[in-house]
Amino acid sequence: MNMQVKNSSRPLWHFHGGLHIDDHKAVSLQQPLKALSLPDILVVPLQQHIGEIPDLLVKAGDQVKKGQLIADPGSYISAALHAPTSGTVVDIAERVITHPSGLTSPCVIIQPDGKDEWFAGLPEPLDYQTCSPAELGQRIRWAGIVGLGGATFPSSVKLNPGPDKTIKTLIINGAECEPYITCDDMLMQTRAADIISGIKIVMHMLSAEECLIGVEDNKPLAIQALQQALEADADARIEVVRIPTIYPSGGEKQLIRILTGKEVPSHGLPANIGIVCHNVATIVAIDDAIKRGKPLISRIVTVTGAGIRQPGNYEVINGTPIGHLINQAGGLNADADRMILGGPMMGHTLKNEQIPLTKGANCILLTTKQEIPPTSAPVACIRCGKCAEVCPVQLLPQQLYWFAKARDLDKAQDYNLFDCIECGCCSHVCPSHIPLVQYYRYAKTEIWTKEEEKRKSDHARQRHEFRQARLERLEAEKKARLRKSKEALEKKKSAGSDDKVVDPKKAAIEAAMKRAAEKKKKLQEAGQAPANTSNLTEDQLKQIEAAEKRRKGE
Amino acid sequence: MLTAILTITLLAIVFGLILGYAAIRFHVEGDPIVDKVDSLLPQTQCGQCGYAGCRPYAEAIAEGSADINKCPPGGEITMIALSELLGKDPVPLENEEAAEKPKSVAWIVEEECIGCTLCIQACPVDAILGAAKSMHTVIESECTGCELCIPPCPVECIHMHPVKQTISNWKWPYPEKASSQEDAA
Repeated sequence: MNMQVKNSSRPLWHFHGGLHIDDHKAVSLQQPLKALSLPDILVVPLQQHIGEIPDLLVKAGDQVKKGQLIADPGSYISAALHAPTSGTVVDIAERVITHPSGLTSPCVIIQPDGKDEWFAGLPEPLDYQTCSPAELGQRIRWAGIVGLGGATFPSSVKLNPGPDKTIKTLIINGAECEPYITCDDMLMQTRAADIISGIKIVMHMLSAEECLIGVEDNKPLAIQALQQALEADADARIEVVRIPTIYPSGGEKQLIRILTGKEVPSHGLPANIGIVCHNVATIVAIDDAIKRGKPLISRIVTVTGAGIRQPGNYEVINGTPIGHLINQAGGLNADADRMILGGPMMGHTLKNEQIPLTKGANCILLTTKQEIPPTSAPVACIRCGKCAEVCPVQLLPQQLYWFAKARDLDKAQDYNLFDCIECGCCSHVCPSHIPLVQYYRYAKTEIWTKEEEKRKSDHARQRHEFRQARLERLEAEKKARLRKSKEALEKKKSAGSDDKVVDPKKAAIEAAMKRAAEKKKKLQEAGQAPANTSNLTEDQLKQIEAAEKRRKGE
Repeated sequence: MLTAILTITLLAIVFGLILGYAAIRFHVEGDPIVDKVDSLLPQTQCGQCGYAGCRPYAEAIAEGSADINKCPPGGEITMIALSELLGKDPVPLENEEAAEKPKSVAWIVEEECIGCTLCIQACPVDAILGAAKSMHTVIESECTGCELCIPPCPVECIHMHPVKQTISNWKWPYPEKASSQEDAA
């Protein structure tokens, strides 16, 4: 397990397990890289990456130019989106995307105008040596670059490991271990110089001391191209390392193990051990963004398998429907059976040719029944232990299977379910054809949902408790108010009986009554009965007199 | 004889003091079992258990006056978790129909709302926003789906909408088809 492999200069390490499988790479390497013609319609999903959906900047009817920003990353873990060609936004609608669920997601639907005109407001190229890592990171974030190896995690986040972590080694992943896929191979052959140039930018950003480019030895042309580019550049910090072909050497943690002998801790990131790993295609996208001011709007996609007439690699713009790629590659053979996004080991079947190709789509594999026979019905586990022999993460797949099957999620987590990289080695070797990875995926998403529910219920409890407290407080305040006014009333009452405080109103009334009584007394003394005409004014008396006259008919 | 009595008495006093000190020093505020039970409940505050909310039900479970099968939103999973926590035998749910309902959130038909604030007063988690004689609306992310706002509404403008499945809340399915054949083999 810790045995070293002889390489020309550098010692290499093995990871545990792994598989030697037919690579079928030659199928798609028969013809050179081709650019795809513009499709009739582009469907650009807003969510093409891990993280939050970016904020949409366009609406139906807007004219867009190639490379124009159409969605802006609102939160830190999100990615920008650019118009892949010039044209009109015809709709913002829900469409089925490349997700294994087959569910819809919001997409920007663009009708190309055929002119393919670049946006005039693209940023100027940067000289990376005079820029700070923050400025370069900002540009990479603007360009909407995500990990193109398949994980689609926003690259600007990965390139900012935090001030407390020093990065010694940059590892460039050119292993491309999954059978059939050759898009990275083609990229390394055609754009080796840009890869070296992009590496220098990233090394500058991370202040890394060395860079190792790991390429499997089944890609001699790619290795040769990279070495030539390196000779022309003469940077002693960068080294191309030929690694043995074994699946899954292209897994991030597996490649780090092969090249450095270090293990990335469970639940940890490579940055914890001073390493950052990027895919070759991501590096080229970074080079494009910095040196040419271009956003990420296209990528190389391999279309391969016995089900397609002209397998090969195509430069595909973001949002191209799969059907267009298939048509351009000569169409399907009559015996084509399954359409897989990704490779045969980790990919998932797609049902619909309308589904758009996105930043993370590296391969469309069209297989026939002879090539990949339909999966046989699973039978009982015979506890042969082959799965544990091949597991590259040294897990116990059989134990995980039992726990996932019994829905014992806590136990599955105790057996490090979340370290599983879903490489599919265990399912591949299982003599009982048990879909092991499906069980692990089920258990993982089930645990995530549980955690989310727990978080939500804690939040609801907090809100409920807050509401209870608020109602109690309001009740207490009301009571306090009532008590106060009652007390004030009682105080007043007691004050009145003591004759200490005199109410001015009461006093005025009393005084008026006194005056009236005195007047009455005076009149009685004078022998006059009190009449209501007794204290009228002159005017009023005249009016009464006039009224009397009218009454009597004078 | 006397020595023995004295020794035992002395020991009793010493241990009594230690126990007395420990009782004060390690005193536990409140009943931790209530918190544990409460943390397992789904916090919808719906009252379907017959208690005024999740915490009162948790208190009733802790003191043994309520069964563990009265929580329909929690379903069988919650019941089993409670049985494991309390060492009780799992029992079938009291209201199984209610437990099988899909997770829903309240939805106010805004054109019909008369702004009476009755639903706002009924909501246990303050998830309804609005003022007197103004339209009300439900903050979807805060709604627990307890349905307590539905009976007070005088114009019946509140409906329950099942939570839509999206890419972010989608789960890989349990490999059902496979399992039956594996078991048969």
